[in-house]
Order: sequence, then structure tokens, then C-alpha cells
Amino acid sequence: MSLWLFLVQYGSRYLSGSLVTASQFVLASLVTVVFAVTFGLLLLSKTYWLRAFAAAYIDFFRGSSLVVQIYWIFFVLPLLGLSLSPFIAGFLAVGLNTGAYGAEVVRGAILAVPKGQWEAAYALSMSPAKRMYRIIFPQAFLIMLPPWGNLLIDVLKGTALVSLIGLAELMFQAKQINNLTFLSAQAFGAALAIYYLLARFLITPAVRGLESRLRRKMSRT
Amino acid sequence: MDSSQDYPLELTGTNVPMVRFMNVSKNYGGLKVLDNLNLDVAEAEKVSIIGPSGSGKTTVLRMLMTLESINSGVIYVDGKPLTHMPRGGKLVPADASYLRRMRASIGMCFQSFNLFPHMTALQNCVEGPIQVLGLSKAEARDRAEELLSMVGMIEKKDQHPARLSGGQQQRVAIARALAMRPKVMLFDEVTSALDPEVIGEVTNVIRKLVSEFRLTMLMVTHQMGFAADISDRVCFFFSGKIEEQGEPKQLFGDPKRERTQQFLSAVKDAV
Repeated sequence: MSLWLFLVQYGSRYLSGSLVTASQFVLASLVTVVFAVTFGLLLLSKTYWLRAFAAAYIDFFRGSSLVVQIYWIFFVLPLLGLSLSPFIAGFLAVGLNTGAYGAEVVRGAILAVPKGQWEAAYALSMSPAKRMYRIIFPQAFLIMLPPWGNLLIDVLKGTALVSLIGLAELMFQAKQINNLTFLSAQAFGAALAIYYLLARFLITPAVRGLESRLRRKMSRT
Repeated sequence: MDSSQDYPLELTGTNVPMVRFMNVSKNYGGLKVLDNLNLDVAEAEKVSIIGPSGSGKTTVLRMLMTLESINSGVIYVDGKPLTHMPRGGKLVPADASYLRRMRASIGMCFQSFNLFPHMTALQNCVEGPIQVLGLSKAEARDRAEELLSMVGMIEKKDQHPARLSGGQQQRVAIARALAMRPKVMLFDEVTSALDPEVIGEVTNVIRKLVSEFRLTMLMVTHQMGFAADISDRVCFFFSGKIEEQGEPKQLFGDPKRERTQQFLSAVKDAV
């Protein structure tokens, strides 16, 4: 079967898989950002228990495999009375996992803001919360953008594992097409290309674009 | 360990100083940075602090801004304790919200300017008044523009700091501190990071402040001529103590102590 015919025949399945992957990606990214920022800030808390709690979260999600986490959230949580659909379990697991990595990125970026900025905000009598969100975080945000480009690509790739709990996303479709046709090169080649194109032509340019826009705004070159 | 209860809850009577350091000591680990400092600064008085590096002069300003804690003693500002708060008839170490309230009467300019890079010159100057003092945007803007005009930076008000020279950034930083209407202004080596040719634009702004505002000022500086011009009093710090202090004419013209003489002649040789 020619590649053209292959795509004509199975294109719609790849398309629907890609749409599910894209929505998994968007939601998992949101979870990642929320958890990364929350736990990154908690890591910097003055309260020991908050720091310990954040460290435990990071330790757990960084220290165990994403596949195991997906299975755990999908198969074990129901035993504890919380049943989630594959869709929700999927983006939640991926987001929690990458969020743990992101928390360290957030913490590092906040610490990388020059000390003089904290002192200047302090000298203006700004409250700790205002110092953070008006002065420090906007500067830290720019510092953390390049590593965020990496993390978001990890989120996208992580969503492929959600196929293991039966969510009909891109990888799931590719496997099914492979089972139907035994055309492994085409079936997985197409998936490979789509993941690559999404990362290379959507995520990377979006993060870079945001970064250069913010840099221009600060007139820092 | 001295007990803070021996200190008055408030300074009363006539001639209450704007700033009073009372037996203030500061250590970093085993290193004594300030040793039982006693220093009064009267309202509207301009005091310059000079001395070799490591003598504790910057620490004096940073303690007053509450950027550094103190190990013993009490600092008063405008008659009220700054480092401590009254509770149950005695002074206890101040908590964060008390410190925040108290330090609102103090403004500080730093050696490295520390303007907020993500804000324009004007935004830098309205940030504190809007976020901390609760001024309306229009009020804060009027106040900031007036101050930016005074420091000669009104034409650059919409520029971000990265587009400004060091001297220009420092002038904006002065306007930003003044916008909070402090009673006491602290200048921590504000010309040390500047190229020689722009030092004048910053010192001229400070001269203008001295002549136009009734501000209490403490200034750490290496510009001896400038200190001599604008100060009512010069304090020479040496290893955590005031070695000698006096009117600029006396201290620069006829220093009594040997260490002061050595320091001043070393500074003169450098120029």
C-alpha cells in the first residue's frame, strides 16, 4: 500500500487521535503549570511542613515511573473510592508527573532573580505576597521559560503513555492501525512524525515566541 | 544578651531624634560587625558615613531599612521603636507586619539601583504608592511625574531600565524612593557603580533634595568632597565603631584620631 493510500485510508483516525492527544496535552500542561508553581513556591516557604510536603510530592512523582503512576491513578484509586475516566486519569497523571519536575524549575528561577530586586521591593514596604507576584515572579517567569520549553515537550511525549489505559489518543490509534494492517513502518512512522511536528512546530515556537516577546518588553537583549 | 525591657517604649520630650541607635550590636557568626553603636540623627539632619570597607557602614543603613536584623540594642525612628514593638509594657522583637508598617517611613537607594526591569521608569515610581500606600493611579502618577521631573528624568518616563544609563537609573531610583514620602532617606554608595562622568548627575540630584526637602538623610559614600558639601555631620567608622565624628569642616580639615587621618590621606592619595 502506498503511503498516500495509507494516509487516505487512516488519516481520519490519526486526526482524531491527534485531537485527543492535543487536548490531553493542553490539560496536562495546565496541571503541570499549576502544580509546578504551587509546589515551587512551597519549596521556598519558611514553614518547614510546607517545604517537607512539597519535597515529598516531588520525590514521589520524580522518583517513580510515569507508567506506574498512570496505572496507579487509573487502577488503584478506584479501590480507594475514586474512579476516574481514562481521559481524566491520563492528563492528571502526566501533569502531576511533569509538575514535579517543573516545581524545581520554578524554585530555581525564583532564586535566580537578583537579591537586589527582593531588597528594593522590601524597601518599598511591599508585603511578601506582592513582592512575589508583582516583582519577583514576572522576572523569574522569563528565566524559567527555556526549561519550560523542555518540560512541555515532555508533557506531549508523556501523553503517549496514556494509550496504555485505553484512551484513544494518537499512540492508541497507531497501535490499532498496526494491528489491523501490520504496516508497522507506516503506522508508527506517521505517529512519530505527528509527535515531532507538534513539538517542533507548535510547542517550541510558542515558548520561544513568548520568551522573545517578554524579553523585548523588558528591552533586555 | 541584654534585655530589651530596659529600653523606653517610646522616646518622648523635646528634641526626640528622627533616628536613634541605642547600644546596637550586630554579629555575623563570630564576627562583630557593629559594636555597641550609639548614634542619633536629628530631624532633617544630613549625616554621611565614611570609612574603610568592612567597617560596618553599609550595615548601619541596612539595619535601619530592617534588611538586617540586630543582635542587641534597639533602633528608634521618629521616637518609636523600629526593631522592637511594645507588648505588655515592654519591648519584644518586632514581627514582620510591624516591621513593614515601620519601615514605610524609610526610603533607600542602593549601589546597584535595583530598578524593576519589567517596568518603565514611571511604573517603577508608581508601584509602591499604588500597591503599598493605596494611592489612586492618577494620584500616584502625578506624584511620580513630579518627582521624575525633579530628577530630570521625565522625558524618559516610559523607558525600561535596560534603556537607561547607570546615572539615569539611579535618578529614577531616587524618585521611586521619594514617591513613598519617607521621613528618612538612606543612600548606600549610590555613586559607586557609576562611571565617573555621570556621578555628577546623581550627586546634583541629591544636592537638590538637600536644598528643597526637609528630609533626614543618612548616606554611605566614598565621595569625600560631596559628603563635605552636603552633610551636617560626618561619621568615620572603623571596625564596627564610630571612630570619630564631627562637622565636615572639622573632620576633613582637622581630624583628631590617627585612624581618621590615615584613612583620609589614603583616600586623598587615591584621587
